[in-house]
Amino acid sequence: MTKYVIIGGSAGGIGAVEAIREVDPMGELIVISYEQVPQYSRPMISEYVSKEATLDTMKYRSDQFWKNKNVKLLTGRAATKIDFDKKQVELDGKQRIDYDKLLIATGGKPFVPKMEGADKTGIFTFTELSSAEGIEAKLETSKNAVVIGGGLIGVSASEALIKRKINVTLVELKDNILNLILDKTASELAEKVLTDDGVTIITGQSVQRILGRKDNQAAVGGVVMTDGTQIPCDLVVVAIGVIPRTELVKETPVKVNRGIVVDRLMRTSIPDVYACGDVAEAHDFLINQTRLLPLWPVAHLGGRVAGYNMAGKKTEYEGGTVMSSLKYFDLPVVTVGTVNPEDLDAYEILIELKPEKTVYKKILLKDNVIVGFIFLGAIENAGIFFRLLKNHVDVSEIKDRLLSEDFGIITMPEQLRQKMFVVN
Amino acid sequence: MKRISIKQEACIGCGLCQVYCTVEHSKSKDPVKAYLKEQPKPVSRVRVETNKPNSISIRCQQCKDTPCINACLTGAMTLDKQTGQVTHDPEKCIGCWTCVMVCPYGAVKPDSTGKIIAKCDLCPDRETPACVDNCPNEALVCEEVEEQ
Repeated sequence: MTKYVIIGGSAGGIGAVEAIREVDPMGELIVISYEQVPQYSRPMISEYVSKEATLDTMKYRSDQFWKNKNVKLLTGRAATKIDFDKKQVELDGKQRIDYDKLLIATGGKPFVPKMEGADKTGIFTFTELSSAEGIEAKLETSKNAVVIGGGLIGVSASEALIKRKINVTLVELKDNILNLILDKTASELAEKVLTDDGVTIITGQSVQRILGRKDNQAAVGGVVMTDGTQIPCDLVVVAIGVIPRTELVKETPVKVNRGIVVDRLMRTSIPDVYACGDVAEAHDFLINQTRLLPLWPVAHLGGRVAGYNMAGKKTEYEGGTVMSSLKYFDLPVVTVGTVNPEDLDAYEILIELKPEKTVYKKILLKDNVIVGFIFLGAIENAGIFFRLLKNHVDVSEIKDRLLSEDFGIITMPEQLRQKMFVVN
Repeated sequence: MKRISIKQEACIGCGLCQVYCTVEHSKSKDPVKAYLKEQPKPVSRVRVETNKPNSISIRCQQCKDTPCINACLTGAMTLDKQTGQVTHDPEKCIGCWTCVMVCPYGAVKPDSTGKIIAKCDLCPDRETPACVDNCPNEALVCEEVEEQ
């Protein structure tokens, strides 16, 4: 009987549990999580803080999930070491458990830069339930918040806090928010929506220092910006990004680049050891290389593939790519692939812009293949484009119709339609 | 497992599938009320595409690799073990649009509230889905396909 051990009980770990149990209902399956209730949806932290969701409604899987899948769930426990020779995982520096197949799904940890005052109370990250609970407890006495980082997490934190009637200043070092997944035009449209709903956005600056309160230096009282401006606040959210939680494999033979490098079967460089999710560097089908993709759906899919392979059902990971869908303040956006390249000349770019309706569509092609797109304000049918991109389809015959209102599966040449859209 | 397959050569692009789908998913089940009065407006989970002289009626095709389920951020999209169908739980849906991003048929879309998605549910209250029953040219067929 195979003994499976999974470190991490979030999107990737859960995907692996489901896949393993499809193939092997009997093997011993242990999941280790430092959290108490790992089966919640991390992207819903924003909804939790805004009170649109409760701990109960933000469950990604039901509380019976672990029991139903016959999993021995070890919560509140830390995997402290992996002994790859003996095939053991050390728990909390003491107990050791054996594994036949191991999955490292430890995720990412929020990056908090070194800055003066970062040790004060009232400073939170925004990637897990405990941070959300900390923010919740602080909100009663808060009026003004500064959110550091204008990426996906920073913007969702801003939205949640605005919904709780907190004044929010969002600080982004680059010239535009969401600059990794949107171009300037789309960022500006999103910025307008955020600003209209009350967020103050400061770009091109960072927070240099966090100040204490006059009556309590240990608590956050404000921040000092690059240009010396002071912004009073009682709450700071640091949302600069996440870095792979690779401590467990430091100074081990496991190959780590920026994350743990895995092949198309989600295997690390060590036999019987797999990795997935934010900690892993896995295949990207657009650039045909491994890269970090700290995205929930990517983690889940990688976990599933790892699980199948751990249980002996050989399954190739199709890969992921940069892909995000957003709904900040009801503005729907889908953005996939390369949308903001530096070498613009290498791309053919199709654009439709209706600022009065907050509608913007941009499609980037390289050698007649879609390599990226942004749909803002009008996202229906985005998935058709996603499939064209993922399958590297030559769209030269339909290029002039990609942005037309009646574009759809019917627009495609018969042969392509038959090939792409049969039920798989 | 049930799936609605589309005979493209028989589709005349009349759009009745959309009408019947909308009415079936309204509260009143009355066409006039559904289209003119009800709030939130019921939406069709079927889309008719036209590229003259061709047309096609598209809805969820119950993909075996279930990209929408794998991508769902909240657990709202699941595979019903009993029926084998891709099922959407509106209570768990937060309208993050991840499924919209990955549905290869463009068959999942925001509903009229813009808060959650709408997709074909194969009309659970009916023996045969409304679009199939009411297609005047028998372009739609509800068939049993092999279990996954």
